[in-house]
Amino acid sequence: MARNGVVSMHWRSEKIDGFDLSPPDDEQVHVLAVDDSLVDRKVIERLLKISCCKVTAVDSGIRALQFLGLDEEKSSSVGFDDLKVDLIITDYCMPGMTGYELLKKIKESSTFREIPVVIMSSENVMARIDRCLEEGAEDFIVKPVKLSDVKRLRDYMTAREFRVKNQQIGNNNNIKNNNKRRLSARRNIWNGIVFVDDLLGMFA
Amino acid sequence: MLGLGADRLRADMNRLLALLFHQGVLDEQFLQLQQLQDESSPNFVSEVVNIYFHESEKLLRNLRGLLMDRECSDYKKMGIHLNQFIGSSSSIGAKRVRNVCVAFRAASEQNNRAGCLRALELLEHEYCYLKNKLHELFQLEQQRLLAAGVRYPMQN
Repeated sequence: MARNGVVSMHWRSEKIDGFDLSPPDDEQVHVLAVDDSLVDRKVIERLLKISCCKVTAVDSGIRALQFLGLDEEKSSSVGFDDLKVDLIITDYCMPGMTGYELLKKIKESSTFREIPVVIMSSENVMARIDRCLEEGAEDFIVKPVKLSDVKRLRDYMTAREFRVKNQQIGNNNNIKNNNKRRLSARRNIWNGIVFVDDLLGMFA
Repeated sequence: MLGLGADRLRADMNRLLALLFHQGVLDEQFLQLQQLQDESSPNFVSEVVNIYFHESEKLLRNLRGLLMDRECSDYKKMGIHLNQFIGSSSSIGAKRVRNVCVAFRAASEQNNRAGCLRALELLEHEYCYLKNKLHELFQLEQQRLLAAGVRYPMQN
């Protein structure tokens, strides 16, 4: 649902420095989608847009880091406030930097480690899922990604935003809770989606 | 009379889709793509499918090139191409193409040249069939829009 007068964040990964920024919209979730497959990028972009998310889609982990300004060599010229990314969704299998490596880099960054990272993969491999969750991934979606997957993420993001805005607890507690949640993640694969059990407990 | 044309075309489209589902050529992911098409993105399905065709043909050329190299078939590279092909096929709901790719990948993992050649032939056949049928589907859709559009105003 596009709002009149808002320029959509429509940019191609090659032109990282020259894209139009719409005025920051607190209501909309901004998702950074990372996938080397053009077909999958188109689909995930559409899935997210139709679920009322702002989307920035890039074709590699390196570009994702550049966008976030985590790449030492070439950082985005845009101020960080406008770049507020609420969720990162990345493919696992990518040439160069894998989604797992990207996940690690994001969790190592003090600026961005709190951003939830969701991993997508066409392979339903327990070891892979475990590894990602242990490294701090919020969720793991088996491809092909469906509207129901995105809607679920969207609802989680809305609840999370609400929680972040209203909680008085400091960051330390967040990290403690995150670790608790990850360790007790229920490895329940239902239609390829892993449900992170304690996640729901956080909004009680 | 024009309305009747649009309805008939819609029926033809549904019949073709039902056939493709029945044959296992397409699966529910294709329906998912259709759900993502609306007034704000009226050509979404054909756009994605055309990207898929473009990429698939590149992959098929690469696979054939790799297999034709009798000296040293790079099975690992074949595997990488096949992974891409499997991924994109699954994303658009091209079930049969995807399944042939999976079998092809298994043959490449065993360095089984004969098996790979057979799989490639089957893959090219399945891909051609899929492409023809989807083109047919899109043509019917275009005709239906034309037929419906003459009767109803397009703009809002």
